[in-house]
Amino acid sequence: MEAISVKDLRKKYDKGVEALKGISLSIEEGDFFALLGPNGAGKTTLIGILTGLVYKTGGEAAIFGHDVVTDGSRAKTFIGLVPQEFNFNIFEKVENILVTQAGYYGIPRHEALPRVEALLKDLGLWDKRNEPSQKLSGGMKRRLMIARALVHAPKLLILDEPTAGVDVELRRQMWTFLRKINAEGTTIVLTTHYLEEAEQLARNVAIINKGEILVDEPMQGFLERHDNKKLEDIYLEIIGAEAE
Amino acid sequence: MVRGDFMRIVRIWSQTLLPPVITTSLYFVVFGTFIGSQLDAIQGLTYIQFIVPGLIMMSVITSSYMNTVSTFYFAKWTKTLDEVLVSPMPEWLVILGFVSGGVMRGLMVGVLVGIVGLFFTHLAIQNILVLIAALVLTSVLFSIAGLINGVFAKGFDGISIVPTFVLTPLTYLGGIFYSIEQFPPFWQTVSLFNPILYMVNAFRWGFFGVSDINIVVCFGVLGGFILAFLIILLWLFRRGIGVKN
Repeated sequence: MEAISVKDLRKKYDKGVEALKGISLSIEEGDFFALLGPNGAGKTTLIGILTGLVYKTGGEAAIFGHDVVTDGSRAKTFIGLVPQEFNFNIFEKVENILVTQAGYYGIPRHEALPRVEALLKDLGLWDKRNEPSQKLSGGMKRRLMIARALVHAPKLLILDEPTAGVDVELRRQMWTFLRKINAEGTTIVLTTHYLEEAEQLARNVAIINKGEILVDEPMQGFLERHDNKKLEDIYLEIIGAEAE
Repeated sequence: MVRGDFMRIVRIWSQTLLPPVITTSLYFVVFGTFIGSQLDAIQGLTYIQFIVPGLIMMSVITSSYMNTVSTFYFAKWTKTLDEVLVSPMPEWLVILGFVSGGVMRGLMVGVLVGIVGLFFTHLAIQNILVLIAALVLTSVLFSIAGLINGVFAKGFDGISIVPTFVLTPLTYLGGIFYSIEQFPPFWQTVSLFNPILYMVNAFRWGFFGVSDINIVVCFGVLGGFILAFLIILLWLFRRGIGVKN
């Protein structure tokens, strides 16, 4: 089954900027998919449309077969989103942030608490559960964002640059965690500027630039087709050629 | 959402609950006790009895409005609102969550100010249902109004302009401190265009059974404004205006 299905998707902002120029994309359930592209390429707009934060101006998008506009509420139940920026209440305690988030998905407190405990333990935040989130370090805040996105056990996890500003050791720990939940069945879409990360984790890759998909194929085949060069080098060649 | 807002209101009680209680206490002391003792009875009530319902209503209006406008704008500004918007909650439920927070704070403040009022004068209760209905519906109306303001606010200035330049004048001219019967006919007619007049009078009727305006008309106006503002708010949310991109 397709976790994400996008057909001829378009977005033109009010000021005339065309962020998506009719892109099509299919991501299978269980995939670990890397969505790459420079700043302003259209990645965040695409994620915004999928999650209901941005209105599309044309085309279709569906999550597990549910249209994001006509069946938006159902489509949203499948998604966990880790946005680029920290956007939790900085005055709220870690545990309460997750319990509140679970409430948004109709999960009562007594059901949410065991899930919250498991997630916080998995992500090494259990000791901080009663701390206000503003007291967490940068790495802990990133992990809290992931825990929050997973509290309703989504089938699809979308990570928009989840490891930005995270040190190498912690990034590796996060990779391990993401591999684990992917192996357990969660479909993952990852956008990142750390191309090594995408190379290590993703089975399929798409490169988007100026609102158009330039590449959409299995990671292994893509690397082999480019003489097994590093993803970063191939990426720079493709984006550089576009710029020229 | 409601639980979170309740915890916030209680946690920062010195910002949310205490200021209106202190401000209103000063009104009770200055206008009610010092100046009011020099004034004649209005509609058979001592001056302080006459102004207490209006002052409670003023606190409720301000607190309800400020709660929704500030929490909604803060949620937009910090992007915590995005987490609500990406969840499967329908628009009406999101609106209900924010409005409930405003109503909760409005009622908490209203009860506290009412208790303080009892230290200054005797308050009768003519009709408890009218009293509660006027209090709750006014709080609902201004919570919705605050949310509409929050939708359009593009900065912190945007959340203070309406309370300062619209809400405060309307409240002061809304029959809290006087009966419109004391006005010449022209100004009585002008006063009837102020919606707060109807709320204050409905609430005062609930206490003492006196009102400048027919109680049915008061609730009709209140209900009409709630319905109109709710339709506007739902339309704004559906269209994503000030909420989504």
